[in-house]
Amino acid sequence: MASNVISAAASASPSACPVTDLLKGKAKLGSGNVGSLFIKDKGNPFLNSKSCGRISMAVAVNVSRFEAITMAPPDPILGVSEAFKADNDEKKLNLGVGAYRTEELQPYVLDVVKKAENLMLERGENKEYLPIEGLAAFNKATAELLFGADSPVISEQRVATIQGLSGTGSLRLAAVLIERYFPGAKVLISSPTWGNHKNIFNDARVPWSEYRYYDPKTVGLDFEGMIEDIKAAPEGSFVLLHGCAHNPTGIDPTPEQWEKIADVIQEKNHIPFFDVAYQGFASGSLDQDAASVRLFAARGMEIFVAQSYSKNLGLYSERIGAINVVCSSSDTAARVKSQLKRIARPMYSNPPIHGARIVANVVGDPALFGEWKAEMEMMAGRIKGVRQKLYDSLTSKDKSGKDWSFILKQIGMFSFTGLNKNQSDNMTNKWHVYMTKDGRISLAGLNLAKCEYLADAIIDSYHNVS
Amino acid sequence: MASDSVFAAVVRAPEDPILGVTVAYNKDTSPNKLNLGVGAYRTEEGKPLVLNVVRRAEQILVNDESRVKEYLGITGLADFNKLSAKLILGADSPAIQDNRVTTVQCLSGTGSLRVGAEFLARHYHEHTIYIPNPTWGNHPKIFNLAGLSVKTYRYYDPATKGLDFQGLLEDLGAAPSGAIVLLHACAHNPTGVDPTLEQWEQIRQLIRSKQLLPFFDSAYQGFASGSLDADAESVRMFVADGGECLAAQSYAKNMGLYGERVGALSIVCKAADVASRVESQLKLVIRPMYSNPPIHGASIVAAILKDSEMYREWTVELKAMADRILSMRQQLFEALSARGTPGDWSHIIKQIGMFTFTGLNSEQVAFMTKEYHIYMTSDGRISMAGLSSRTVPHLADAIHAAVTCST
Repeated sequence: MASNVISAAASASPSACPVTDLLKGKAKLGSGNVGSLFIKDKGNPFLNSKSCGRISMAVAVNVSRFEAITMAPPDPILGVSEAFKADNDEKKLNLGVGAYRTEELQPYVLDVVKKAENLMLERGENKEYLPIEGLAAFNKATAELLFGADSPVISEQRVATIQGLSGTGSLRLAAVLIERYFPGAKVLISSPTWGNHKNIFNDARVPWSEYRYYDPKTVGLDFEGMIEDIKAAPEGSFVLLHGCAHNPTGIDPTPEQWEKIADVIQEKNHIPFFDVAYQGFASGSLDQDAASVRLFAARGMEIFVAQSYSKNLGLYSERIGAINVVCSSSDTAARVKSQLKRIARPMYSNPPIHGARIVANVVGDPALFGEWKAEMEMMAGRIKGVRQKLYDSLTSKDKSGKDWSFILKQIGMFSFTGLNKNQSDNMTNKWHVYMTKDGRISLAGLNLAKCEYLADAIIDSYHNVS
Repeated sequence: MASDSVFAAVVRAPEDPILGVTVAYNKDTSPNKLNLGVGAYRTEEGKPLVLNVVRRAEQILVNDESRVKEYLGITGLADFNKLSAKLILGADSPAIQDNRVTTVQCLSGTGSLRVGAEFLARHYHEHTIYIPNPTWGNHPKIFNLAGLSVKTYRYYDPATKGLDFQGLLEDLGAAPSGAIVLLHACAHNPTGVDPTLEQWEQIRQLIRSKQLLPFFDSAYQGFASGSLDADAESVRMFVADGGECLAAQSYAKNMGLYGERVGALSIVCKAADVASRVESQLKLVIRPMYSNPPIHGASIVAAILKDSEMYREWTVELKAMADRILSMRQQLFEALSARGTPGDWSHIIKQIGMFTFTGLNSEQVAFMTKEYHIYMTSDGRISMAGLSSRTVPHLADAIHAAVTCST
């Protein structure tokens, strides 16, 4: 049967076997069911989709030209929520995705966001295309929020800011710029880091390698390892840094450590690349959470910074963020901005207005801005409260003497529990606690009421599963 | 402070040719200036329009206390996807009933085209896409960056200002088996020249006989003729023969949701399990690009499409926009006839959709911009949506002057 198919392909000239006849079902290939050649299981030698397609297309009559495509695995982070939804156990707890929940474990739309949306509705604004770089009022507000309104990088117009599709989209624009203008340059990413970072750089064809970050022995920062690895990288590498509230570990360098990191980056002429997804959400203070970025900016360095308003303004699904590139001159910033636009245009033309307007309205109105700061303090405060209760529960229930204080030292939405994959699986399978396999839990999905239950689950998984 | 920038090699990119027209227009201080550049609908008063039904839907959404802003799934709003597929393929489409269609929410037309192209570059064996000559300026950039190589097929005949049908058939006939073919579902941009239904049938037969893969760009459904079904005929014709195709949909024009970036990519497959696997791979393209799509615009569309009263209201407002454009075509044609402007201007009323390919060359266009403050793209394309009864005479004067003054 296979040989019939291949010879039919080889002789696919009009005289030998009119394709129209095949289409009309007049000519049969082999058993007539060509589709059965292309089985989906692992044994199929044609599983490499690119090479398979060449064969399938030559004879594709009733066969899909996409027949050889395999089912992709579910996203490791977003897939957790899907699994949680499917679980019917009433004790279930979703500590997967980093989306803030109230004490009642409900999603939260900030009051200032509702107010801003009502204002926007009243004004009856139009829905015209934004320029490729996005909403000007948003771009201005976001850069000022990040660097501080009185920062020289702002007054000297040295920042190229483009509205991007939240953190992911902003990182992607930067990655494409890096691939184009810094061919061969590597991005150093922390080990571990947010799972999607690697995908973004892979798809943009930017090579990456890891620098040591998480120390499982201390459940803290492997600072020496981090510095060594950054030093060892080829000069002119990009170093991806989490501005605050490191995802997934929750472990941030101290201010003194940030200074040393900046030192070694400058020594090696590396380019710092900050991912700022939690400004204001980590400590509760917008300025405090931007301290690392501002430290680098104050040194006159050229920097990439990706921002997201998903968490701090609860605008997850509105996809609002920005890519900022701090340059040595305003002319350079203008040129860089023009090239970022060239990247955005063939990707989605121009960014969505709704989220940008909400941010611009909140930041631009002193009353709303003040209210936002208060709501952010409330959210960060709830997370700190939950950390404290979890720590207290663990310490009182666990008689082994294990030091759980890392829960209090870590910051932000996530905590790296130190649980391994098997232990994390036990959390899910036995206790219906949903989390990512790297041992990360989202404290945003935890409330005071469930801390004791979670403590039991963690203690059991840690001590009884290897 | 670093004296050398790491960005020293970064040169300034030129303004986007289409969007750059509006930039130039905004700088002009003349009271007579006219923006016929970007394809965004304008009212008779020259103002942007937000459809009443869109405002209604938005009001309902914003006032809904239970509404949250949680991340959508990677493929977007499920209701929106189902309704979009029905809109373009027809509610009774067998492809939908057989679950052979995967539809993912994307960022308007551009985003849908880009995601589809990235998917094909990774999973389809033929990496050449044939695009009509001319086509929307952003098309080749989208496909190149996605990893496809771009070739053109003859489309516009400057002699007739109509379709070069023979050229089209010859060029697609010469394409390698399996190549991808970009087709404008209706209201071709920039020419406004569409194949007739008979011609579409011939194109379909040729494409199927050569196993070419059709990729439809549907940015004007309902906006071209005023009928949602009529404007989807070309796509439905291809789906009806049981074959596979891709379709990128945009709601920018037909729902006036430009800045909300609402669109969808549908891939019609031979079988349901193929569609399901294709969808899983589309997610891998999307996740490292922007993770998941924006909710606002898609919620508006879904609210309108699923409510029969709002849907009906939409079709009425849509027809009104399409009718105003038809009226502008008629008025411009009559104005040029009245002035005795040399040449055959009947293409203005034969072409369809938002744009007219005037046949003016770039020198004539530059002249019109300089002397008459008319802003349009240098290929001679004008957006009829930017015209009004009040401004038609000024445009007619400009065209007349450009044609008679230049040699």
